Amino acid sequence: MITIAALTVRELFRRRVVYVLAALTILSVVLVGWGLDRLVDLARDNGSGELEIQIGVSQVLILIAFMFSFVLAMTAAFVGAPAVGGDLESGVAYAILARPLRRAELIVGRWLGSAVVVVAYTIASGLLAIGVAVLVSGYGPPEPLLAVIFLSGEVLVLLTLTLALGSVLPAIAAGAIAVVGFGLGWMAGVLAGVAAALGVDGLRGVAEASRWILPTDGLWRGVIYGLEPPLVVLIAAGRAPALANANPFYATEPPAPLFVIWSIVWMALVLGAATWWFERRDL
Amino acid sequence: MTASVSTAASTPAIELRRVVKRFGKTTALDGLDLQVGRGELVGLLGPNGAGKTTTVKLLLGLVRPTAGTGSVLGAPLGDRTARSRIGYLPELFRYQPWLNAREVLGLHARLGHVAKPARHDAIEQALQRVGLGERAGDRVGGFSKGMQQRLGLAVALLGEPELILLDEPTSALDPVGRTDVRAIVRDARDRGATVILNSHLLSEVEQVCDRVVILHRGRTIAAGTLDEVVAVDGVRVRVGHASPAIEAAAAVFGPVATTADGWLTVRPLAAERIPDVVAAIVGAGGRVEAVEPGRGSLESRFLELLADDEPPTGATAS
Repeated sequence: MITIAALTVRELFRRRVVYVLAALTILSVVLVGWGLDRLVDLARDNGSGELEIQIGVSQVLILIAFMFSFVLAMTAAFVGAPAVGGDLESGVAYAILARPLRRAELIVGRWLGSAVVVVAYTIASGLLAIGVAVLVSGYGPPEPLLAVIFLSGEVLVLLTLTLALGSVLPAIAAGAIAVVGFGLGWMAGVLAGVAAALGVDGLRGVAEASRWILPTDGLWRGVIYGLEPPLVVLIAAGRAPALANANPFYATEPPAPLFVIWSIVWMALVLGAATWWFERRDL
Repeated sequence: MTASVSTAASTPAIELRRVVKRFGKTTALDGLDLQVGRGELVGLLGPNGAGKTTTVKLLLGLVRPTAGTGSVLGAPLGDRTARSRIGYLPELFRYQPWLNAREVLGLHARLGHVAKPARHDAIEQALQRVGLGERAGDRVGGFSKGMQQRLGLAVALLGEPELILLDEPTSALDPVGRTDVRAIVRDARDRGATVILNSHLLSEVEQVCDRVVILHRGRTIAAGTLDEVVAVDGVRVRVGHASPAIEAAAAVFGPVATTADGWLTVRPLAAERIPDVVAAIVGAGGRVEAVEPGRGSLESRFLELLADDEPPTGATAS
């Protein structure tokens, strides 16, 4: 398993995936830094107070994190979908699986190697972007590490799903399904909030259930919570907590520990199901 | 993998008993029986779709039988640990294009449990054996198909496995490469390994294999040594002082043909009657200078067997 994981990491370096991601990260962090610097200057010139500026910067950071989470979802799909499926389609898997290697070792090894690269990229680029924001604006989110951890969790869920689907379906189909699932999950999260605010219990139930079926949106709430200034949370919670939660860019509380545990169990179950299926299929 | 082949092994290298494999409605193997002894070099022949590749994949556990049983190197079909003693060149030979040849072999040495101290030598030996020594540091993605197949052969030979399964090992090779492969499989057999050569090239199988197994529609339709499968079907006798009387004496055994340089052929003729033909020629006053048992080609016998196995035309399903 470790041999396969190490092979996966080496593949992502040799295929220049890591270098391309690093270059894109540096470019995007530079742009974020420049953009925030301009915005802060503009706000100060217009006479905005420091509190307003801090709240504004926090909201811009959340928006950037949201876009970044989409980029990460795509990255997870591109890395995860061909990890097993691509090897089967190209024929590389035949020579490897003719060795005394358990099929489960191939799946878990591929997952582990991909996860190391994708999570390292998420943590490094996420913390770098937050660091640059702090540097240019003076504002620091309350829980940057928590935000990045939840973002990594979101990416891991997507990676697990694409890799699992890729061991059953053609790689391109696996990637497409995972990205569409990610988008639907986010929309279901918004719907759940709206349904809660309007008191539509049926819709709320369905939308809430979708968060448990694909936990990406629930984990995204953890990212927002980590980036949201306590003042904003306090104001939103004081005025109308139900309405605040309907907004996909607000979270008054982090995901419940039970949900976090479920997210880990979800990944284990999906990976386990993919392994069970893969162990039994003819190659 | 083992450095040398166990001679104490008493079980056959391969044994399949009434193995059936279905893919949906398609029957790939239909009660296949196959036995291959240790140290044999066996050619697996058959037309497209006969079940050759499925058989090889079954031996490696890449596909599971629908019915039937079998063993490989004394272990049940699909046994994971037995695979450390098997080398395999797939029909679809593809290796990580972003690794170089030496790295591919390094990966397979680790996956195949080649002992760490022996890895370096095993890798270099395999590279040299297939003629890739000078390209060992080059990325596989830049290799021609022939070189990739040579790499696949090196992967199959790595660590001197007890059983080597080669699925169409020369499909991308030029005549020089094919000659090399023949030498390589003979060497492996001489070392004591069992080799299964899965090929469409009948001449190739004819030149190297001890035994052939012909598959058709997922069943064995012929198996044995070349002499057993392609039976002696006539005799050529070089006769000094040929005469009509000698021809008449030979014609008692079957149709006779003669050439101007003194060769007399009787075909068809059962092998055990050859001494009788020679005695009859001598009895008729002929001077026998040479006797050559005549054998048909594997190709003609192969086609004949396939034709015999075809269902009769016009047959209707009951």
